[in-house]
Amino acid sequence: MTIRRLRRAGKDKKGKQMADFVSSFWNVYVMGLVALSLLFCVFILASNMTKREEGPVQLHGHVWDETIAEYNNPLPKWWLYLAWATVIFSIGYLVVFPGFGNRQGIFQWSAIGQYESEVAKADERYAPIFNKYLEQDLLTVAADPEANAMGQRMFLTYCAQCHGSAAQGAKGFPNLTDDEWLHGGEPDVVKTTILGGRMGVMPPFGPALGAEGVKDVANYVRSLSGLANDSLRAQRGQELFAQNCVACHGAEGKGNQALGAPDLTNKSWLYGSSEATIIETVTNGRVNQMPAFKEFLGEAKVHLLAAYVLSLNKK
Amino acid sequence: MQSQATYNYKVVRQFAIMTVVWGIVGMLVGVIAAAQLVWPELNVLEWLGYGRLRPLHTNAVIFAFGGCALFATSYYVVQRTSHTSLFAPWLASFTFWGWQLVILLAVVTLPLGLTSGKEYAELEWPIDILIAVVWVSYAVVFFGTIAKRKVSHIYVANWFYGAFILAVALLHIVNSAAIPVSMTKSYSAYAGVQDAMIQWWYGHNAVGFFLTAGFLGMMYYFVPKQAERPVYSYRLSVVHFWALIFTYMWAGPHHLHYTALPDWTQSVGMLFSLILLAPSWGGMINGIMTLSGAWHKLRTDPILKFLITALSFYGMSTFEGPMMSVKTVNALSHYTDWTVGHVHSGALGWVAMISIGSVYFLLPRLYGKTEMYSVKLINAHFWVATIGVVLYIASMWIAGVMQGLMWRATNADGTLTYSFVEGVKASYPFWTIRLVGGLLFLFGMLIMFYNMVKTIAGQKAYDAPVLTPAHA
Repeated sequence: MTIRRLRRAGKDKKGKQMADFVSSFWNVYVMGLVALSLLFCVFILASNMTKREEGPVQLHGHVWDETIAEYNNPLPKWWLYLAWATVIFSIGYLVVFPGFGNRQGIFQWSAIGQYESEVAKADERYAPIFNKYLEQDLLTVAADPEANAMGQRMFLTYCAQCHGSAAQGAKGFPNLTDDEWLHGGEPDVVKTTILGGRMGVMPPFGPALGAEGVKDVANYVRSLSGLANDSLRAQRGQELFAQNCVACHGAEGKGNQALGAPDLTNKSWLYGSSEATIIETVTNGRVNQMPAFKEFLGEAKVHLLAAYVLSLNKK
Repeated sequence: MQSQATYNYKVVRQFAIMTVVWGIVGMLVGVIAAAQLVWPELNVLEWLGYGRLRPLHTNAVIFAFGGCALFATSYYVVQRTSHTSLFAPWLASFTFWGWQLVILLAVVTLPLGLTSGKEYAELEWPIDILIAVVWVSYAVVFFGTIAKRKVSHIYVANWFYGAFILAVALLHIVNSAAIPVSMTKSYSAYAGVQDAMIQWWYGHNAVGFFLTAGFLGMMYYFVPKQAERPVYSYRLSVVHFWALIFTYMWAGPHHLHYTALPDWTQSVGMLFSLILLAPSWGGMINGIMTLSGAWHKLRTDPILKFLITALSFYGMSTFEGPMMSVKTVNALSHYTDWTVGHVHSGALGWVAMISIGSVYFLLPRLYGKTEMYSVKLINAHFWVATIGVVLYIASMWIAGVMQGLMWRATNADGTLTYSFVEGVKASYPFWTIRLVGGLLFLFGMLIMFYNMVKTIAGQKAYDAPVLTPAHA
């Protein structure tokens, strides 16, 4: 195991279980408190095991506020048994499970141990189901209905929160069904995107262009995809675009998938196409992130997910 | 024999009336939040979205409604059972106005999104300081009154009220320790898993002391008074009092099962939660058995119905709680609506019902009468409230178990059978039933408000003369 994995499992470099306490004092302190609390429960129960006396139950002898008095009935037997049962169960539990200071308990159980053994068991059982698809190329998997059903189930668990349950996307989260791609729609690229995640950064141009300049550029950008625009502003904007934006978006505004720069000439808009939204984007820039799934899901599951996403774009 | 001096009922009246008012406000906010879950489009303004209203609801029902009920009854009970008037009445008056100010500040700051992010302790540090000042004043008035009592024995109700006041002071001050960065923002003095542990040490003891010990104090006075029967067992009250207050302090970690909290802490939290079952039931037995020999009164006396039904719900939720703290059960119930149902079986069934019964007892006596304006309306309130609670908790049980089972269901390939949103979709019918239950409970409070107004309209405030203790 790597050191990182050991640390996560609460073990030191030699694989020994690390203590939960910074010094042995706290261990003794906690054991003392737990023992005292249990002993207190035992004491208070043991000292109140009185039996019901002959004759009628007597009042305890004090009266408050004219009418409030107290009988002194003994404790109901079933109640006492219940109380004893919980105390005895607890002592037994502390013998076999962790809970009494640093003692691991005779079952040697730990939460991380249970987690790791369950994960290992699941990996052993389910890995072959996924691994068999890893040997097939993505387009073959994408055409396999059974594989797509598995991919969809994973998509609904891991991807739907951002991309939507029909992969239709939302503001800031790309639509995965329109065959328009920020980073490229080739099978291997889609898989790379899921494995490693993506960072999308557009720098802010508000300070450089000024409010008027930004508005001009926004009108030019709208003109690229045939949206209504102020032609005078668009004309001025074209010049500013050539000076500031072409490095990423290209001379014709067709974008650059190597950089993740969006194509501005199509109908697909990540944040929105209104003049106000484009002004906001150009002024403040955008930062966006798709998380990486390689560590979390492993390559075999990502392979199925990538195939599922590809299948959504086959017309 | 009667002396000339009178009990201080003024502060009791103030708190009793505000109990009803804040009850309506808090439950109304709860009903709105429940409606927002059924119709998410009701989240219209950022100040009134679910995320802001939810802490407002919990603070309003626990600290405004429950808190006012505890202040009102404890001030009444400690005077009556100590046979003396309140110590430092001006300070008692300060606790009333101070507490109302705390509530008003909560009503303003929580919708504004000003929060420390700690559940049930969301209020920011300047309000926390005000709470601490009011609470210490409360302790001075309460224990000062105990100190000048005219009877040698301190009645059991006062042990519970006393434990509640001391423990809440400790919990509030330790958990709210924070480093302020501005008047409206602070960061917890603790970090990581320690912060979580302290938060739930506070959180569960807020349940144990604020919502249990305090209301047991209420039960120990109003049940024998209304039933006109002696308390069942002095011995049982001693045993369950010490076992309860000793054990509750350990129970917090059961809120953090299967988290980064060390295994030993989780085990200890679970075990002491289990041990809590018997001490909790001790209180229920002592209350319900007090009625033995007077069961027939349940047929005709709706106040007694409230008090005894409250004890039944108390018994039910203190059985449910220890079961839910068992790790294997918790693995299913945690993060589901089952927890919400459990909380409301305690909050509506136990806390609200025992408070409502006690306030119905108090109101006429604070205005020199023996009965509320309409006993029939109390009875109507009882049935509306009971049906409301049952609808609420039954729907949440079903929804919770369903959610837990849906979340853990897997397919043959190990993938999850249901995506999260499918669990949400399946919960809608139950959320609708919950809303109906909440609406009924709120409607009951409106009946109470009307009955209260009719009872005190045109009546003069009345302060009863201090009684000389009986010598048995």
